[in-house]
Amino acid sequence: MTAAVKSKEISEALIAEHGLTREEYQRLLKALGRAPNLTELGIFSVMWSEHCSYKSSKRWLKLLPTEAPWVIQGPGENAGVIDIGDGLAAVFKIESHNHPSFIEPYQGAATGVGGILRDVFTMGARPIANLNALRFGSPDHPKTRHLVAGVVAGIGGYGNCVGIPTVGGEVNFHPAYNGNILVNAMTVGVARADRIFYARAAGVGNPVIYVGAKTGRDGIHGATMASAEFNAEAEEKRPTVQVGDPFTEKLLLEACLELMATDAIVAIQDMGAAGLTSSSVEMAGKGGMGIELDLDRVPMRESGMTPYELMLSESQERMLMVLKPEGRERARAIFEKWELDYAEIGRLTDTGRLLLRARGDVVADIPLAPLVNEAPLYDRPRSTPPAPRPLDPASLPPLKDPKAALLKLLGSPALCSRRWIWEQYDHTVGADTVQRPGGDAAVVRVHGTRKALAMTTDCTPRYCLADPRSGGAQAVAEAWRNLVAVGSRPLAITNNLNFGNPERPQIMGQLAGAIEGMAEAARALDFPVVSGNVSLYNETEGRAILPTPVIGGVGLLEDAERSVTLALKAPGNILLLVGETQGHLGQSLYLRELHEAEDGAPPPVDLAAERRNGEFVLAQMKAGRILACHDLSDGGLLVALAEMAMAGGLGVELDGLRAPPAGLAGLLFGEDQGRYVVEISAVEAEKLVEEATARGVSLLRIGQVGGTALTLPGGTLISVSEMRSVHEAALPRLMGEG
Amino acid sequence: MKAAVIVFPGSNCDRDVAVALEQASGQKPAMVWHRESDFEPVDLIVLPGGFAYGDYLRVGAMAAHSPVVREVKRRAERGVPTLGICNGFQVLTETGLLPGALMCNASLKFVCTDVNCRVETGQSLFTSAFSSGEVLRWPVAHHDGNYFASADTLDRLEAEGRIAFRYCEPDGDLTETANPNGSARNIAGVFNETKSILGLMPHPERLADPVLGGTDGARFFAALVEALA
Repeated sequence: MTAAVKSKEISEALIAEHGLTREEYQRLLKALGRAPNLTELGIFSVMWSEHCSYKSSKRWLKLLPTEAPWVIQGPGENAGVIDIGDGLAAVFKIESHNHPSFIEPYQGAATGVGGILRDVFTMGARPIANLNALRFGSPDHPKTRHLVAGVVAGIGGYGNCVGIPTVGGEVNFHPAYNGNILVNAMTVGVARADRIFYARAAGVGNPVIYVGAKTGRDGIHGATMASAEFNAEAEEKRPTVQVGDPFTEKLLLEACLELMATDAIVAIQDMGAAGLTSSSVEMAGKGGMGIELDLDRVPMRESGMTPYELMLSESQERMLMVLKPEGRERARAIFEKWELDYAEIGRLTDTGRLLLRARGDVVADIPLAPLVNEAPLYDRPRSTPPAPRPLDPASLPPLKDPKAALLKLLGSPALCSRRWIWEQYDHTVGADTVQRPGGDAAVVRVHGTRKALAMTTDCTPRYCLADPRSGGAQAVAEAWRNLVAVGSRPLAITNNLNFGNPERPQIMGQLAGAIEGMAEAARALDFPVVSGNVSLYNETEGRAILPTPVIGGVGLLEDAERSVTLALKAPGNILLLVGETQGHLGQSLYLRELHEAEDGAPPPVDLAAERRNGEFVLAQMKAGRILACHDLSDGGLLVALAEMAMAGGLGVELDGLRAPPAGLAGLLFGEDQGRYVVEISAVEAEKLVEEATARGVSLLRIGQVGGTALTLPGGTLISVSEMRSVHEAALPRLMGEG
Repeated sequence: MKAAVIVFPGSNCDRDVAVALEQASGQKPAMVWHRESDFEPVDLIVLPGGFAYGDYLRVGAMAAHSPVVREVKRRAERGVPTLGICNGFQVLTETGLLPGALMCNASLKFVCTDVNCRVETGQSLFTSAFSSGEVLRWPVAHHDGNYFASADTLDRLEAEGRIAFRYCEPDGDLTETANPNGSARNIAGVFNETKSILGLMPHPERLADPVLGGTDGARFFAALVEALA
């Protein structure tokens, strides 16, 4: 059998170019039982790339809890699936498109959105919302403006055209991302719980159907690029960035969902990273089948494409599916209606092998098991960073002008309004967006029902750098808290682990620590991980990004009308602070923006208190007592109050604050975790205090709603309109439009 | 009231407007696929928002030449009430059923935000429930909503009472800051000569439910259904 495959001399240089180490190549030889040809080498290289095989992270990912009674499908499929009741399921995942977005920001970000949308509708779900977590370099770095403009336009350009609202996300700026930005895109969809589609192929002889855009020479080796460090020549890799076509994506989405409403499909997988290779190998591999493809039948954009190019192309908007033979006609009619290219390019076999033919020759013949299951796995050496010492508040000069400090923070790149970004995203298409961008979490109604899903993305990379374990736990806790703050029950998470080069022990230590912290928090909060993506080698010229384990969280509201916003509602209402305040300023934005230091330990994460406080808030919301709610995070209490005031167009009179021993700065700007500010009507105050006492929750009356300014203890006034103008002007100015 | 919603490949507000129409009329609209050259008689034709055929050419240009739009044009010219929202407005100007053109936003960026729209005339099928000067809040979401026409055309539209809505401040003032896209004279929507055809950039169907934060869109559709009853 193997004699049919014509081998070609494989040089050491060629092996290295494919990102395989000498040991990995030996492993390949053993798996194949002979020397590979170029096509086979390419297939092994992408399947065994970090991106596809998780070879450095798998050992650690096993620590994450992935189960709960409401989890229908955990990690390992195109996206995670959770039960949201009434026969419905939420399907979601987050994925990175970091390197392509740095090289070509518009197309890199656009195709990132396209890829994650396909991951979700491949499972049979109609996407209902997109989010994105972005990290850029220093605001004054010469490239930052161009990258922000391009990435934002690309995300909008794709999602707006497909017609999926982009409702939330986050943006950070830090010099550590100067040479390696992060673009993580998340999609949430809804499907019938009994109509979820998987990649598991079955049925010898069943036809393999290709549908969607034609295959071109774009994006060859994207998966390998995503698995290597960057250098100064990175921009020469522009041809490895794919070009997106959101119109074709929209047609593909509608055609797939229409076909999924029939029973024609056995298995389906989108052609994402590593294109035709990973989709065919994963479908056949998961089903324990073999697969034969006739590459001459693949719809091609240009002539003369080689088997190597066809198998490694990452042309966008393509799907591979295994049909029941009797489903062919149904599929044909639907694809013709939507004017999509399609072809029957192969069939399932029982050989356990991937067999490729082109122009009458067998051009590859590989046993699937080693490709899928025997990718090398590494337990890479790691070093644990020394635990940072808590910041001594006495080392900081006392806070003399809280007004100036607040305005500086509100106008900082870290905290200023993101309106300039989200106004470029269509966030109302679908007519189901209950809470738009700008709140703690977005809320999108499940179409045709009273239910809604809350969604958020969170990570505080500066905490993760100082203490990976605590930072990993904090990211999970903050996502959970944001979902609680809008009135939803947090259900599950997806994660996007963005780190540097895992072959460096320091980076591996960050990755391992962050995962341990995430696992601990996910367990403590009953908040399992159902899908995710690992993006390593985020380094340029040997300088790594901040460790950035982004958490995408999803929660459920049984009644969309009960969602709670952060906007203040009415004068005379009481404001209460839920959770304890020690005044932690280590790694705080106050420290960074006012004292230009990134020192100390991040605020400790007390998961028991987090859960206790969140469940208290949820119970009070259920009882209808909470009129507005905001979680406390970056910038602490005063920033949170300012955001509530600006959103509601109402002032706040603070009269119940007492500074902790750490001082006024810690009280106003400390980033202690597990806290919320809630607005209630004065008549409910007594009841709330009683319930908090019964549950052991710290609750402090801090002031009331009223006036047109934030009034600090001592009488300093900061008008809502002044805060707004500082808050709104900063990002347009940063982008050169202010 | 029976409506037809025209569906092009790339339409993405067809469902949203169908929901709003059904909510207002109690009747599901017919969804008419772009290849249909004929469809059942209806009281209202709606061209929805989206990116018909991807809008890779000038916005609305390809849709204006599709089989279904030839039929839409024939019926609209005979007086069947026709509403184009966002991409639908762009298609209507491309067919020549409405004057002017929709250019790229002055900011050169896509814009998604709520706008205030002042009713310029209550004397039309589409606006009879409103008094002139009344302000409605609706979302916009477009990249090419910058209404352009020659000064003569604009003068004529004004003289003939064919400006349906203008972008304004919450109190009805016409200012530059209230104009999200640079439209000439803050125009958000225009009529044809007989006021049986309306094109508008804002999306009333997206604020037609209290849980979404507003019902000015529901008022618009309810009034239209009543006028057509």
